[in-house]
Amino acid sequence: MKTLIKGGRIIDPAQGLDAISDLLIENGKVAAIGSALDAQGAALIDARGLIVAPGFVDIHVHLRDPGYEYKEDIVSGTRAASRGGFTSVACMPNSNPVNDNKSVTLYIRRKAREEGFANVYPVGSITKGLKGETLSEMGDLKEAGCIGFSDDGRPVASAELMRRALEYARTFEMPIISHAEELSLVGEGVMNEGFVATELGLKGIPWVAEDAATARDIMLAEFTGGRLHVAHVSTAGSVELIRRAKARGVRVTAEAAPHHFTLTDEAVRGYNTNAKMNPPLRSAADVEAVRKGLADGTLDAIATDHAPHHLDEKNVEFNIALNGIVGLETALPLCLRLVEEGVLSLSRAIELLSLGPCKALSIPRGSLAVGEVGDVVLFDPAAEWKLDAQKLLSKSKNTPFDGWTLKGAVKKTLLAGKVVFED
Amino acid sequence: MEFPHKHILGIDHLSAADISLILDTAANFKEINTRDIKKVPTLRGKTIINLFFEASTRTRTSFEIAGKRLSADTINISASASSVVKGETLEDTAMNLEAMHPDIIVMRHGASGAPHYLAKRLPNSSIINAGDGAHEHPSQALLDMMTIREHKGKLAGLKVAIIGDITHSRVVRSNLIGLTRMGAEVRVAGPGTMLPPGIERLGAKVCTGMEQALEGADVVMMLRIQLERQGKTLLPSLREYAKYFGLNPVNLKLASPDALVMHPGPMNRGVEISSFVADGPQSVILEQVENGVAVRMALLYLVGGASADETAHK
Repeated sequence: MKTLIKGGRIIDPAQGLDAISDLLIENGKVAAIGSALDAQGAALIDARGLIVAPGFVDIHVHLRDPGYEYKEDIVSGTRAASRGGFTSVACMPNSNPVNDNKSVTLYIRRKAREEGFANVYPVGSITKGLKGETLSEMGDLKEAGCIGFSDDGRPVASAELMRRALEYARTFEMPIISHAEELSLVGEGVMNEGFVATELGLKGIPWVAEDAATARDIMLAEFTGGRLHVAHVSTAGSVELIRRAKARGVRVTAEAAPHHFTLTDEAVRGYNTNAKMNPPLRSAADVEAVRKGLADGTLDAIATDHAPHHLDEKNVEFNIALNGIVGLETALPLCLRLVEEGVLSLSRAIELLSLGPCKALSIPRGSLAVGEVGDVVLFDPAAEWKLDAQKLLSKSKNTPFDGWTLKGAVKKTLLAGKVVFED
Repeated sequence: MEFPHKHILGIDHLSAADISLILDTAANFKEINTRDIKKVPTLRGKTIINLFFEASTRTRTSFEIAGKRLSADTINISASASSVVKGETLEDTAMNLEAMHPDIIVMRHGASGAPHYLAKRLPNSSIINAGDGAHEHPSQALLDMMTIREHKGKLAGLKVAIIGDITHSRVVRSNLIGLTRMGAEVRVAGPGTMLPPGIERLGAKVCTGMEQALEGADVVMMLRIQLERQGKTLLPSLREYAKYFGLNPVNLKLASPDALVMHPGPMNRGVEISSFVADGPQSVILEQVENGVAVRMALLYLVGGASADETAHK
């Protein structure tokens, strides 16, 4: 089976490619890039005026399956992913049961393979039951298909246990994904500590809660030689800590979420529970630092921390609302805002959505080189549309961007050469 | 002048003119409270629900008396006796109450923003915030301003010192916003663990110690220290707190000789305020409570649908 994507502007950071060209996919793999390709019998896709890029890879997603299917499941979550241009997602282990054993991992992979619209790479838990007490069976989880380990949402409080996790995961050459937060400093905080929290009378989460934990985990990675990936970096201090760690050769990678480079804690005003997430929206200086980190290579990936929650879990008093927002379907236009503002080149933005995350977690995707899997996204960077949260493909509608006019729309998403989303 | 607000969610959305109108209206109502027959028919036929999710003696009683003296039907609901213990959400509780057609819901809630949440969801009732988390306590600030104005004849230009736990106090936020809006200078002082970031951007002059705040102050407002609520990491002991942030006859001398001593209650005698001062000649603490009823009558009256012109005829 052949598919020819014709006349698009192919941008593939993995090959340093940015050219108007044709892309031929054969039997699910990239067969050729060029003009006048032999495409007899191929299905034609007209990509004139569109960007053709490697399918995006979101390494921080909560699919809520198994256990919380009323928020999202593997089918709805991967459908939302495909609409956002994502062909691969890594799903966090805080399902019910927790993904701390092979059977859960295998369930996720099978369901994704049979019913999903994107590749799903499970992330196993660092500790059994996310309890922060004993390590999960990391070797077994890797064999079952996990690509890394995280207790996302529940930081590993014990420094000793984090040390052992990094050491043990190193045995299998697997990354530990840190949700960096010093819980004793978070306390009962529900938003960023600062003027807005003071004015609203809400308890604050200070930036030092994140920086202290990031610093600890970087030191532990340096000490153990383990691989550390820092999730959802939200503070200027953490960006700087990672920058310095990379400079001295620590094996550390990091990601940032679109909301952390788009919004500040001002968005909480009015007690907007769709602006409540963890880590919280920070100050303008933090947003600036995260943007800089994305541009200069300190941060390796943009990951959405897609966190679907039911309306009932958000339609409550601010301090008891659950943390998190959906992100898969808004990531691309938010990234393109950075391109428009001159923070990132278009190629760098695409790299942060594809090659960058793949390298961080060793995912065999993120390139359109001949022989690679034909996961492709076609998008129109200039198309404007107004976000109506009710029309999101995700089961949950918890987004602070409802009603925003966004620029940049995915037109087609191909998974191994097969169209899985079409606008 | 027509009162332009359906709800009283905080001082923040009141203009200086709104505040003056409330204080003038309260001054008119005050006299009713000293009559033999303490009742006027102003809100006859209106239903007021006092919905209290947090313990309160003073504020709840004050709102209840205010409603009753205006001839409204007042109903008190406290969280422990309500369906909250059965797991009902705030929205459902409120929608069910609204279905019974109250005119005004007076609410106290531990979550900052809870009355704002209700105001967005209830189409018909007026909401009066009787204290939300560490956010606002508008009727307290208004009764404080009324008391100050009675004694000083004005608010503009006065130096007001507020001392204590600035971080966790809704009384501070409402007073700070209200007093600065009326032209007063507000100084705050407290231990470093109880000074929130950015408070100066709300108009406060942050003082390094209590003495600096007291220097020449026209009003000294002491806050209740609540160790049980704020956890054990903020202070070494009440003894040391009293030493550095308690008001006593000695440090009160730093303030203006005719400075008013205020406290929103309930007091911890011997901790943030010594009995000599609390019961002394400069204390207006019980007048605050008295004015509380008048201010709440004014609020109920103004959001209850009457126009200010009618007040003038009273």
